[in-house]
Amino acid sequence: MTGALLAMVRRDLLLALRQRGDVLNVLLFFVVVVTMVPLGVGPELSVLRMIGAGTVWVAALLASIVSLARMFAQDYADGSLEQMMLAGQPASVIVIGKILAHWLVTGAPITLAAIPIAVMFDLGVDPAATLVASLALGTPALSLVGAVGAALTLGLRGGGVLVTLLVLPLTVPILIFGAAAVEATAGGLSPAPDLLLLAGLSLGSAALAPWAIATALRISLE
Amino acid sequence: MLQVAGLECVRGERRLFHELQFELCPGQCLHIAGDNGAGKTSLLRILAGLLAPTAGTVRWRGAEIGATREEYGSELAFVGHLNGIKEELTVLENVRFEAAVRGADASEPAAMGALQRLGLQEYADRFGRHLSQGQKRRVALARLCAAPSVPLWILDEPFNALDTGAIDTLYGVIAAQLARGGMVVLTVHQKIDLPPATRRLELSGGAGL
Repeated sequence: MTGALLAMVRRDLLLALRQRGDVLNVLLFFVVVVTMVPLGVGPELSVLRMIGAGTVWVAALLASIVSLARMFAQDYADGSLEQMMLAGQPASVIVIGKILAHWLVTGAPITLAAIPIAVMFDLGVDPAATLVASLALGTPALSLVGAVGAALTLGLRGGGVLVTLLVLPLTVPILIFGAAAVEATAGGLSPAPDLLLLAGLSLGSAALAPWAIATALRISLE
Repeated sequence: MLQVAGLECVRGERRLFHELQFELCPGQCLHIAGDNGAGKTSLLRILAGLLAPTAGTVRWRGAEIGATREEYGSELAFVGHLNGIKEELTVLENVRFEAAVRGADASEPAAMGALQRLGLQEYADRFGRHLSQGQKRRVALARLCAAPSVPLWILDEPFNALDTGAIDTLYGVIAAQLARGGMVVLTVHQKIDLPPATRRLELSGGAGL
């Protein structure tokens, strides 16, 4: 079972490497959105400090939704999804492998990119560390919840719009707690409650989402 | 042993078949025939567990396939309309990934052996997108040779896009599967003589509801 999981992650990472443009596109989208905001609101440092965390989190959320469309679509179109569902492995193992790979090429680079961006918004050391921690804890939930939407809208015409409508409301709590953690640190409070809630959201969706995704994929394959 | 009882499939407004009943024993091949749209592909997808039948049951070794998905999947090789190979991976990577995910021998010699069987060894390092239709079909069929111990094969138009040499090879591969007590369910459009142990199931075409 672990062999199948590792094979899945390896394959999806290899595919991401061979289609670098698509992966870079998501990261570029994130960076561009975040860097455009200061150009729009002006270079006032106090303002930037105030909106920094929220901007980064909104951009991370949008970037992860942009990346969802490709999560299962290609495997569905070329028939490799049905082969994986018939591989004699629990479908949730396949799904976890795909989500892990997805997070490694979207959530993880976004989390790392947040370090220079925090400097750009002049967040200060502690809020910057909290921002990175909140992204590291929260982006797995974005991938997991997003994958449910991607699986449900697989093969539908106009699935891209639908997936945004489906996933966006569900990811709002992640956005709120992520931004609140940084705000708490900046205000001299402990970010622990918000970070723990983010970790809880990620763990909770890690427990429930694979099962929901596997069922959704089976329905989509009919 | 594969047992099908009271199978009914409704797609859209048409009933493709109903009260379908058959049994497949080791060493037997079932050729599903019928006109376009008669429900051959739907039947194969139901047998593979990809499509839920409207009514009826499919049993493998006595257990319903929906209840033992993982066990059934590990005893089944399915080649559908879609080849299920990745264009951005090489032929060898495709075959090795599939073996790894099935928990089979994913080593390079094992994968090369399967490719050799279908005359693909020269293409091992070629990317999927650089292959012709027939070559892609052969890579998909390599999963049959990579997993010789799988007892049940479900093949949807396996001879499509193959050249005459590859058709003979595939015929040999299917005959070998039957000879070692395996089972094959397939659909074929071309005029190809199937092994003597083949039974024919004619789907008469659906009726509106």
